[in-house]
Amino acid sequence: MTTFREEHTGTGLSEREVGTSLSGRDVGAGLGGRDAGSVRAVVSDAVASDAALVSVADLRVSFGGTEVVRGVSLSVAAGECVAIVGESGSGKSVTARSLLGLAGPGSRVDARSFDLSGRDVRGFRPAEWRRLRGRFAGLVLQDALVSLDPLRTVAAEIGEVLAVHQVVPRVRRPERVLELLDAVGVPDPAARARQHPHQLSGGLRQRVLIASAIAAEPKLIIADEPTTALDVTVQAQILRLLAERKAAGTALLLISHDLAVVASIADRILVMKDGRVVEEGPARSVLASPAHDYTRSLLAAVPSAASRGTRLSDGTPLPRRTLRSSEPFPDRASTPSGPLLGGEPSLSAQVLAATALSMSYGPRRVVDDVSFTLHEGETLGIVGESGSGKTTVARLVLGLLEPEAGQVTLHQRQWSGLPERERRPMRQRIQLISQNPLDSFDPRHTVGRLVAEPLALPRRERRARALDLLERVGLPAAYATRHPRELSGGQRQRVAIARALAPRPGVLVCDEPVSALDVSIQAQVLDLLAEIQAEYGTAMLFISHDLGVVHHVSDRVLVMKDGRVVEEGEVEQVFQQPRHPYTRALVDAVPRLG
Amino acid sequence: MIKRLGTGLAVLWAAATSSYVALLLAPGDTIDILIGNGVDTPEIRAKIVAEWGLDRPEVVQYLSYLWRLLHGDFGRSYQLQRGVGEILATQVGPTLQLTLAAAATGVSLAVIIALATAGRGRWLRGTASAVELVSVSVPPFLIGIVLLSVFSFTFGWFPVSGASGPQALVLPALALGLPIAGVLGQVLRGGLERALEQPFAVTARARGLTERALVARHALRHALIPAVTLAGWFTGTLLGGTVITEALFGRPGLGQVAMQAVTGRDMPVVMAVVLLSAVVYVAISTLLDLAYRAIDPRIGG
Repeated sequence: MTTFREEHTGTGLSEREVGTSLSGRDVGAGLGGRDAGSVRAVVSDAVASDAALVSVADLRVSFGGTEVVRGVSLSVAAGECVAIVGESGSGKSVTARSLLGLAGPGSRVDARSFDLSGRDVRGFRPAEWRRLRGRFAGLVLQDALVSLDPLRTVAAEIGEVLAVHQVVPRVRRPERVLELLDAVGVPDPAARARQHPHQLSGGLRQRVLIASAIAAEPKLIIADEPTTALDVTVQAQILRLLAERKAAGTALLLISHDLAVVASIADRILVMKDGRVVEEGPARSVLASPAHDYTRSLLAAVPSAASRGTRLSDGTPLPRRTLRSSEPFPDRASTPSGPLLGGEPSLSAQVLAATALSMSYGPRRVVDDVSFTLHEGETLGIVGESGSGKTTVARLVLGLLEPEAGQVTLHQRQWSGLPERERRPMRQRIQLISQNPLDSFDPRHTVGRLVAEPLALPRRERRARALDLLERVGLPAAYATRHPRELSGGQRQRVAIARALAPRPGVLVCDEPVSALDVSIQAQVLDLLAEIQAEYGTAMLFISHDLGVVHHVSDRVLVMKDGRVVEEGEVEQVFQQPRHPYTRALVDAVPRLG
Repeated sequence: MIKRLGTGLAVLWAAATSSYVALLLAPGDTIDILIGNGVDTPEIRAKIVAEWGLDRPEVVQYLSYLWRLLHGDFGRSYQLQRGVGEILATQVGPTLQLTLAAAATGVSLAVIIALATAGRGRWLRGTASAVELVSVSVPPFLIGIVLLSVFSFTFGWFPVSGASGPQALVLPALALGLPIAGVLGQVLRGGLERALEQPFAVTARARGLTERALVARHALRHALIPAVTLAGWFTGTLLGGTVITEALFGRPGLGQVAMQAVTGRDMPVVMAVVLLSAVVYVAISTLLDLAYRAIDPRIGG
């Protein structure tokens, strides 16, 4: 029966519209007092003039008695870009969707005033809301691969908006679809219109999503994390496209977790935390002189060139790295298995080397002549956009894939091209931390068991060591009995780190380890990785699409494009004075604060 | 698609061969088995030897068997004194009527139930779910008996047995279609509910679509994907179900033929029924494979 209940509250075809329509309850004077703590209303009320497209005061949204938006006031004028910035759970998306009457199934929405385009929408019936959706405001969500119906063509998706709102006569629709695709910069619209979302690149998909959002010529575009899944150069293009719409007079409500993304385009910024607006003001002043502690900590947590060598979470200096080696070989491998290359392994020496690695999937060469070395205590960053081959490199050095050409050595012993039986004793020396650890955890195991699993120790010692490891990554012993799904994203990543550390590896391969995390959690995880490296001298191969993160953590960096290394060197050198045009394009495309 | 055809042919060949092997492996003399309970005279024995080529080497026997099948010659039933092809041809009509009616009943009930209950209140969903569970877990013959006793014996609305007219089709189609409706309804509802939680559903709502249009234009198509996957099971249920349903409702048809052939040990007919089932299975799964590609463009064509 539990399942039924959950499924029921999860959807609610019939209630969805009823539930999200505003109750229109006039909130009494008593609410003012309840709200005293939050910075709100004052600015918005002043701005809320006749020109405001959106004018909301004291918006409250609750789900089953839990309030997730707690008195947000917001106004957006024509031609203005307002950004709501906050971490997951801050209520920013729910706030945005409330403006379309789509707060979600089972939600209850209240507001002191709620005017869209000059009309009071409190007490709107579902049909009235539907007339506003698409027409008054268009919605652009994250990742068009799932935000466009994958089974329908581009033309059908855009045409739907035209049909619902009768924007143009039926016979003019195909033509209008092509005009819209052209307007958002999709090349060869006629061919693209017949395609399905999965046949388009991420950037084109997002453009199509924007085309469908502006098809009914709305006065407002609500963009909820519109660039989050995109590569940095594509992100810059999409932001430019949104800026063009703004310049053309469309108001823009931009929702993002990333202050740097909104910095270039927003006129005003609202910072949300736990359902409240904690800071609000013109973009420049919020970014340059944040008034609230939370905004300051958000800004400080963004990894960059400037943050190197300091803890992101509190700004204190990180401990210096020592090149103190723990046993270079696990005990069980004391009888060497592979042929030894270059004599006995020396301390503080090369721990991983790739020589001229190549790999193809079918006719496509995904890794092409990639070479690098990694030394003890060192972090080598690999940056590149999606499809650059960086994850394949990770799989090659982990021995999960055999290279077609070239070879990998681990602790100066042959590592690639060995039968698995000979490789197994060395497996513990190289460990992976992936983007989404939940996928690699057995959901039935407890955290303690997950961490203890790789340990070849007697049961009692294993448990003690697992608790030590958990403590080392900042999780109290009580977490050992929990299951991974009960943990937050940051805690799961801590468990993944503890598990990777358990066999005392010489090399940690980190593949986008913080890409799914909020910036403040990302800061804590990056700090933890830095401390561990300082303590154990573990070498790290750090793969990320995020130049700021790579700049913060790496000593040296490889820039990859289409399977090739286009540039490599000391991280400062590569990012301050990029030599290759692609590196330059990447560096230029990174959104900057202020 | 060529690969698909190849697989289909392989399945048919395997069905033909395994029924042939069954004939060889069955205890006793092959001629006795082929005669079954039919009249046994030296003339008939001689005819069987000639028809099946039993006086020739085994490889030749097997190949000539396949060759006859390729020409649509299913041999002769020595019990019924008629060609097997002829027997099947006269009986295929009522069975086709029954299975199509049952499939239509099952699919339409499933779609109606899924559309009416997806994401609705707890009670409605719970009730629908319970009804579906009952219709899946109660065997078709029991459903048939209940339907008969209520609608034929008590109310007298429908004939008790026979295949005369559309009236006689209602109860057997229901008995056979209800279990399908039960499983398919659950799968469709689950698919609809999952689809309505996807980000594209939010996008579609944000365009001003009604929930009805959202289901019709977006969600239903997504829900069909897992439903089509069930097609193999679906075909099997229908084919197997006809045997019981036809017996229960006293309808003529292939089910009855198969039943009598098995109980009367009429081997040529049993072999032909096995082959025919394989043909139907291959044909339907090929069709559904095509449907799958039409529904989901992400599947490489």
